[in-house]
Amino acid sequence: MDLEAQFERTVAAEQRVEPRDWMPDGYRKTLIRQIAQHAHSEIIGMQPEGNWISRAPSLRRKAILLAKVQDEAGHGLYLYAATETLGADRGELTEKLISGRQKYSSIFNYPTLSYADVGVIGWLVDGAAICNQVPLCRTSYGPYARAMIRICKEESFHQRQGYELLMTMMSGTDAQRAMVQESVNRWWWPSLMMFGPPDAESSNTEQSMKWRIKRNTNDELRQKFVDMTVPQARKLGVTLPDPELRWNPERGHHDFGQPDWDEFWQVVGGNGPTNAQRIAHRRKAHEDGEWVRAAAAAHAAKHAVREGVA
Amino acid sequence: MSFDNAYESLIDGHEDAHWAFGTGFAEPLAGVDREVPDVDRADLAAYCLMLGDDALVLSQRLAEWCSRAPELEEDVALANIALDLLGQARMLLTRAGEVEGAGRDEDALAYLRDERDFRNVHLAEIECGPFAGGDFGTTMARLLVFSSWKLAQYSRLRASADPVLAAVAAKGLKELAYHRDHAAQWVVRLGDGTEESHRRVRAGLERVWPFLAELFTPHAVELRLAGVAVDPAELRSEVDGVLDEVLAAAGLTRPADVPAARVNGLAGRDGVHTEAFGYLLAEMQHLHRSLPGAKW
Amino acid sequence: MSSSWPLWEVFVRGKRGLNHVHVGSLHAPDAEMAVRNARDVYTRRNEGVSIWVVPAAAITASSPDEKDPFFEPSGDKVYRHPTFYEIPEDVPHL
Repeated sequence: MDLEAQFERTVAAEQRVEPRDWMPDGYRKTLIRQIAQHAHSEIIGMQPEGNWISRAPSLRRKAILLAKVQDEAGHGLYLYAATETLGADRGELTEKLISGRQKYSSIFNYPTLSYADVGVIGWLVDGAAICNQVPLCRTSYGPYARAMIRICKEESFHQRQGYELLMTMMSGTDAQRAMVQESVNRWWWPSLMMFGPPDAESSNTEQSMKWRIKRNTNDELRQKFVDMTVPQARKLGVTLPDPELRWNPERGHHDFGQPDWDEFWQVVGGNGPTNAQRIAHRRKAHEDGEWVRAAAAAHAAKHAVREGVA
Repeated sequence: MSFDNAYESLIDGHEDAHWAFGTGFAEPLAGVDREVPDVDRADLAAYCLMLGDDALVLSQRLAEWCSRAPELEEDVALANIALDLLGQARMLLTRAGEVEGAGRDEDALAYLRDERDFRNVHLAEIECGPFAGGDFGTTMARLLVFSSWKLAQYSRLRASADPVLAAVAAKGLKELAYHRDHAAQWVVRLGDGTEESHRRVRAGLERVWPFLAELFTPHAVELRLAGVAVDPAELRSEVDGVLDEVLAAAGLTRPADVPAARVNGLAGRDGVHTEAFGYLLAEMQHLHRSLPGAKW
Repeated sequence: MSSSWPLWEVFVRGKRGLNHVHVGSLHAPDAEMAVRNARDVYTRRNEGVSIWVVPAAAITASSPDEKDPFFEPSGDKVYRHPTFYEIPEDVPHL
């Protein structure tokens, strides 16, 4: 039987491709790149929120934030494991990340400047991530889909946690309400950029849709995100900073303005507010940990020899 | 959660069950008698602060490793330990406020006390990496000493005449056993691993060893609270035994016992701290203090 | 040179009366650390859960439905399947 035809039938029938199945090289490479970028995003994403753990304004918030950032380490770990089913190696992917050869979500190149950012990241950034990720629970590659199910479940808690923080802050003092609005103003446009460039400019979409690695176009997901977020913003009592934002009864969707795509490409290109800092942080952790990893490996090797295990 | 609307569960519901570690803490001590035993209330409140501050301050230090650990698995493990200690701190500070009876809750005690009112031992507050004062080896050396000592303390505290302290100790004991095991596993691997790791963990032990003596020096409050508090002098031989066992397995020798001198006879339990501690508090407290009356 | 630790497969018995089920994988220098890391990562330290860790390289696979005449890197390493036993009951299509 023709392997390629069988692969295409499997994917078209919404069945899962499993690690030992034949798959086109392009599919494997695209998947490794996509999952690795996703894993890197989780790991780099620990930094902007981790920035506030030491300063969290109550002990309860400190526990919630630390647990959340810890979850992100876990998500990165699951996703790296999914790439390993495709023959990749976590160590090599980490090298690619810290040498700038592989990317992560650009949103994490924006700085966290107030505690409201912790809530807004939960609400908008995790919300946008969920919009992107929920369809991936049905992605064609089995290990990726299974990792995404677990991740989406935890992310929805993160999002709720963020929204709850914002609701609490909005019921506090004027200074807190101003802090939330200022944070929403800074994060709104970058959140919309998380869905990627407009479909007309997005290069990989068509093939990825066919392979069921991607399930919706960038613009579809962006629209969905805006439609979901508007009523939440109203309930929260914040204004989304887009003068063009309004309900369009004919389309049954909200019309909205476009983010500054020049800024997007600048950040993607490495000149975002914190790109260099994020990579340097990750590289330092990796390099500082080298002697520890080496020591544990050396101990295990000696131990194996002593026990007479090959 | 459905595929069409990931947001639907967003607004309703406030259950905490999905968090790996409860973010509320009414539950861990549910059903525990909160009666205050017939002892001097100021002494008991001070003792709860000593225990609570030990846990809070070390938690704050360990959380500095978040996103900086040698491997992802270890990042998760260190965060777990920091969360365990934070949970203990919250219960102990809450108890301190309750016994004191002046209306201070855990946050008032954590965020609105000044340096001289903190009662933690120096071992919890000193820098041991990742930023200064050491590295992962130093961090594990500190954790080994701290958790071995705390474990010995809590195992006696289970019999405390204060039912809340007894309950906190019983719960914390399992956590501390895990922390001690984790640190011991690492000290053995680092001691035995490579020349570099041996040298580094040895330096870590030397860094923390001067702070051991303080752990076993009783404060007047601890001595006055017989039956409620544990006399730390009683813990020395048990802790020494554990440390010697781990160090032997790691191929490491015990550093010389040269205790850090006190300041006019005073140390952490008296509110006299190291220089690094003021910076820790400045960072931890600044946001809470800069928005008085805020709701979090 | 960068040191990386070997891969381990993790199996968890969620409660008494159930089989151990594959939940995922992780990296650890040796078995003792692997079982501890598994407890931290996959059970968030639930007490009373039974965990097995198996060196991924020690697993031999037979899977007649999967065909890979061309893909060598993973060979028969069926272990490289992170599956997650905890499928949320409210997630359809699986």
